[in-house]
Amino acid sequence: MNQQELQALRAMIVAHKRWDTLFGVIGILALMLGLMTFAALFADMAINGLGRISVDFLTSFPSRRAANAGILSAWVGSVLVMLVTAFAAVPLGVAAGVYLEEYAPKNWITDIIEINVSNLAGVPSIIYGLLALGLFVYTFGLGQSILTAGLTLALLILPVVIVATREAIRSIPQIIREGAYACGATTWQVVSDHIVPYSSAGILTGVIIGMARAIGETAPIITVGALTFIAFLPTMPFTGELPAGPFDWLFAPFTVMPIQMFNWTSRPEAAFLSNAAAAGFILVLMTLAMNGLAIWLRYRLRKNIKW
Amino acid sequence: MKITKFSAVSALMLSAVAASGLVYADVALVKVDGSSTVYPITEAVAEDFQKSKKNSIRVTVGISGTGGGFKKFCRGETDVSDASRPILKKEMDDCKAAGVEYMEFPIAYDALTVVINPKNDWIKSLTVAELKTIWEPGAQGKITNWKQVNPAWPDRPLKLFGAGADSGTFDYFTEAINGKSKSSRGDFTASEDDNVLVQGVARDVGALGFFGFSYYEENHDKLKAVPIIEKDGKPAVLPSLKTVIDGTYQPLARPIFIYVNVKSADKPEVREFVEYYMKNGEKLVKEVKIVPLPAKAYGYNLEHFSKRVKGTKFGGENKVGVTIEDLMKMEAK
Repeated sequence: MNQQELQALRAMIVAHKRWDTLFGVIGILALMLGLMTFAALFADMAINGLGRISVDFLTSFPSRRAANAGILSAWVGSVLVMLVTAFAAVPLGVAAGVYLEEYAPKNWITDIIEINVSNLAGVPSIIYGLLALGLFVYTFGLGQSILTAGLTLALLILPVVIVATREAIRSIPQIIREGAYACGATTWQVVSDHIVPYSSAGILTGVIIGMARAIGETAPIITVGALTFIAFLPTMPFTGELPAGPFDWLFAPFTVMPIQMFNWTSRPEAAFLSNAAAAGFILVLMTLAMNGLAIWLRYRLRKNIKW
Repeated sequence: MKITKFSAVSALMLSAVAASGLVYADVALVKVDGSSTVYPITEAVAEDFQKSKKNSIRVTVGISGTGGGFKKFCRGETDVSDASRPILKKEMDDCKAAGVEYMEFPIAYDALTVVINPKNDWIKSLTVAELKTIWEPGAQGKITNWKQVNPAWPDRPLKLFGAGADSGTFDYFTEAINGKSKSSRGDFTASEDDNVLVQGVARDVGALGFFGFSYYEENHDKLKAVPIIEKDGKPAVLPSLKTVIDGTYQPLARPIFIYVNVKSADKPEVREFVEYYMKNGEKLVKEVKIVPLPAKAYGYNLEHFSKRVKGTKFGGENKVGVTIEDLMKMEAK
């Protein structure tokens, strides 16, 4: 190798390294753009809202007086709706994902189902609201209730759960299945003893992403008939004059956090705007808490996997 | 194994849910939905009413807009409907078809306020005719500059902001200005959220918008209200408590209502709610900064409620320019 060639080679390496650095910088800028926007919005909300956050704010019902108004009915509503959503979407979504990966024959029908599931993830949420209004509220007669809202949001996040489940299942090494089948296990035994436990961390991530989307949804919830002013909580099981059944709360009228916030931002009085900011701050905290729980659970589950 | 146990448990839970489903209707509940203009009043009444009943009666209030509220009301889904205009012919037919009878109670006055940017120095007042030139359907795409409305005004783009098409506010404004409900140009910024309109007008010197008086009052440092001349020879009148009550602010002052389902009115919780509404209405309307009717009017309402006077006094159309005095006479009939 003569001197000239060596020099050309060095110049090329320098050029490539420069490109490497440049891309690193672009990457950081792109990341910062997103993060800083979020940080600025969050800070703005915190500045406007922090002064309003207190125990009273969490334990008071909405009121025409901004200073007395709170988000009790809203956050309880959000939590209960999320509970229904999780109970409906997780078993359905996981079962569908497992079926598609482990049971379904590889043919064109399965292909069509797969394409549809991915497409469903992109359908605007208001469409789910309209579907739910016709199906759950009128056809099934479930009324404008927590149950209806929870099921609507479950439909909304179902594609996300299914896709996440399938991704998680695919990441399990093929040898595990082959080993199990070689020992004479049935498909169900493989699924229940290996596939689902090993993929549960990935599934959980998908569920939380879906739930985080669902908790901020407003359009479908308004369509199915969430209300704006609610100054009572759903009856607790086994309380009240006529003792309530264990599931009466599912049929209670409700409101959720985003609706309460929206109502406050559209008030003429400026004091309600800080209430809205405070409610927004708490909504972000709720989402964070959900994500935190997911990370912790994932960590716990991963520890138990012994391959 | 875990999974089979889980599915058994969930099946059990689902059947329990189905079994307990029909119990919920037993709780005394008053359902209200409808106009966002009336919402602050109903919210205030609902809040105090529930407190006075020690929460033994529950009240829910939704905001579906006047039109959306009537849709639910005429399907019998709600007990009371908030409305910022009288019930229309089509809605009367819907109610009739579903066998829903109703009572109509005016509960307050709202003044639609036409606002401009405070830096706008060429508008001292507007006539209804000028507003019509700006808002009529034919103006769409054509009237886009202040100069086109009146040659004496500057060469500035005209930016319009108004209430969304599902609101009673839009219906009333178009009726009062263009002569026909819902007939309007479509190329303006429409929002059900009046704060969006406030922001829009406050940011643009060439802007013009309309919304309820309370939004102007809260933002009068950012906006300027325009005195309205009803027709030639009449004085320009600014909206205010006084001009609404004495009937000089016309034609943009309008009564707002609640409608009560006659069948629901026999339920003690709904009866008590409506009575509480009329007995405390004047005080609470004032508190949420809306123009109350004279005390006498609430008395009439109570009397009509106890006599179950059915139907509407507006014959299915939006009457423009009904003063408080007219309204009282109509009520007294």
